[in-house]
Amino acid sequence: MRTFWLCLTAITAAYLLFWLLLLGATAAYSPPEVWLQTVMKPEIRYATALSLLTCSAAAAIALLFAVPIGYFMARCQFKGKTLLDAALDIPIVLPPMVVGICLLIFFQTSIGRSIEQVISFTYTIAGVVLAQFVVAAAFAIRTMRGTFDHLSARPEEVALTLGATHFQSFWHVALPTARRGMLAAFCIAWARSLGEFGPILVFAGATRMRTEVLPTTVWLELSVGNLDSAVTVSLAMILIAVIVLVAVRATGEKV
Amino acid sequence: MISLKNISWKAPDAGFSLHDVSLTIPDNTYAVLMGSTGCGKTSLLEIICGLRHPSQGQIFLDGRDVTFLEPRERRIGYVPQDLALFPGRRVKAQLSFALQMRGLSDETLIQQLAEDLRITHILERLPEQLSGGEKQRVALARALAAQPRVLLLDEPLSALDESTREDAMTLLRTLQSKHTLTVLHVTHSSSEADALGQLRLRLDHGQIVSA
Repeated sequence: MRTFWLCLTAITAAYLLFWLLLLGATAAYSPPEVWLQTVMKPEIRYATALSLLTCSAAAAIALLFAVPIGYFMARCQFKGKTLLDAALDIPIVLPPMVVGICLLIFFQTSIGRSIEQVISFTYTIAGVVLAQFVVAAAFAIRTMRGTFDHLSARPEEVALTLGATHFQSFWHVALPTARRGMLAAFCIAWARSLGEFGPILVFAGATRMRTEVLPTTVWLELSVGNLDSAVTVSLAMILIAVIVLVAVRATGEKV
Repeated sequence: MISLKNISWKAPDAGFSLHDVSLTIPDNTYAVLMGSTGCGKTSLLEIICGLRHPSQGQIFLDGRDVTFLEPRERRIGYVPQDLALFPGRRVKAQLSFALQMRGLSDETLIQQLAEDLRITHILERLPEQLSGGEKQRVALARALAAQPRVLLLDEPLSALDESTREDAMTLLRTLQSKHTLTVLHVTHSSSEADALGQLRLRLDHGQIVSA
């Protein structure tokens, strides 16, 4: 019995050690003065600012869709629900490049071109947000659905008997109760957006000081052999990811 | 008056069903509904509230057909078994909820209810800071704040100890009389049924039989 648990502990420790070695090796690759030089570069600062801006916008828009869809999926019973549930997960399982190609092709259609007459998406900052949103929303929806699944519907039903409409019950009872889940969904969507690369590269491009976000920077720096900068930006992204993970765990949700 | 005519309903998982349930509870009467676990008592209350829709039959409240009305239009107070207090809302906000939904405010009513139910000292507390008995009184006060004609209680005393239960039964009788309510109270306890029930009903195999 004891040997069994010791084996499991050893496997867990080995896995964690492997990850710590990876992170340690990356952190030790360049001296701190190189980090400073890298973060002072205008293109890196631009990419950082753009990443923070687009990730926040994508996560906010993702939450706007995730809350009603998550509530609908958690509370409504209907035929074909399993099918719809699977459909909502498509962005999660699609290869990232494919998402980018789908976006690119869509904006070549007549509907896409009509939309672009109002807001231009292809190879623009709006395109970066859209590419991040498409994948991040699926994760936010999954989180919100889990949140509402775990909340009893009974208080919302009681609210209906107390004179509330369905909207009032949702707004005054369900939403305040789900605020920790909403924060978790936002953080998860934000973190997912930060790491998004494939769809952005295909759909929004990798133009310096224009549509360059942090993952694009890593790729651009690597492609010109500037490993120090690539490592520094990677470290910054690891740090942000850890902060997000801690924030999500603090809400009581899991990534 | 609550009147059900040939109500039928089948649980989505088909675990149980109600067949042609008909009953009449006269005005200002305290009725008690008993029955074995899982026989459909809670579902019957939810059908009367409008939270579930019967597959057939009609529901009349004071002679008015409410079968297709939304729960908010029925003027029914409902206290579920788990009480379902609103998380994160202070007791005072729980009591004001029904008035708030109608865009009204009535401090006197809230204060009067709080006094009647002896919860004036806990108005600023959150649900997790309340004892079982306090939660039960808050849930009752919240339902009464909507000024219902009918009160549906789903095993409201099941979580209370013996001494608190006696107290709560006295309170329920007083409230029913003061607010001239027609009450339908679901319970497993014969002593509760004996103490409170002016009309005793039993749900057996999806049908109402005399208790």
